[in-house]
Amino acid sequence: MIQVLFSLFALLAVIGALAMVLNVRNTIAAALSLVVTMISLGGIFVLLEAHLVAVIQIMVYAGAIVVVFLFVVMLLNLRRDVFGPSGQRLTKALGAVAGVWLVYRLLVLLEGRLPATQPLPDGFGGYRDVGMALFTDFLLPFEVTSLLLLAAIVGAIVLAKRRLD
Amino acid sequence: MDLAHQAVLLSGVLFAIGTVGALVRRNIIVILMSIELMLNAVNLAFVAFSRIWAHVDGQIFVLMVIVVAAAEVAVGLGIVIALFRNRESINVEDASLLKW
Repeated sequence: MIQVLFSLFALLAVIGALAMVLNVRNTIAAALSLVVTMISLGGIFVLLEAHLVAVIQIMVYAGAIVVVFLFVVMLLNLRRDVFGPSGQRLTKALGAVAGVWLVYRLLVLLEGRLPATQPLPDGFGGYRDVGMALFTDFLLPFEVTSLLLLAAIVGAIVLAKRRLD
Repeated sequence: MDLAHQAVLLSGVLFAIGTVGALVRRNIIVILMSIELMLNAVNLAFVAFSRIWAHVDGQIFVLMVIVVAAAEVAVGLGIVIALFRNRESINVEDASLLKW
């Protein structure tokens, strides 16, 4: 049953990713394909016992990040497609070859080298487990992310605002 | 084959798709979305290895990666808007001032 669900989510994730990359007509449809991938990955996180991460994945990625993408696409009014077929066939061919080569190397590298899955302790991946690690062992990185977010907010406003003069 | 091992392979496939998207597409918004896809693939690998070793640290890294992804989207889309205001285009080939 879990295997069936995993295969279903994996298939959906790959289809969504391919639909996003191959859709040259409609940027909004590409963003919605990305949502399919994000939600499928959330389901896979649940199957891998990472419950808190799955919830955050769906809330932050599918709920916030893709909405920002859609907002910008609609703000720029990109309904019509301004991109005809690319003249640079060499670039596309190189990109495709590089991708296939990447997957092939990964498969060769991983063949039979992954360790066996360990048995899980109780409450693994829940809010208590993750929260205890986050606020004890990883307290300093957690605090540093607040600085990063502050810098990102200031940077985004400075970049996107209109000149006042 | 183990579920977590399959997840590692899936993350490799998704990362490759994201790489191809970032290399091939010319729409800068789709390039940013491809980068998001690559970050998501890395997240999946972190969660899979966290499951393999039954250790929660990998999931903390996922949270950090999500924070970085959010910051990257905010700044990246700010750059896209500034670029569109100057060039009236989101084609990356129209923004080749720094290209040698």
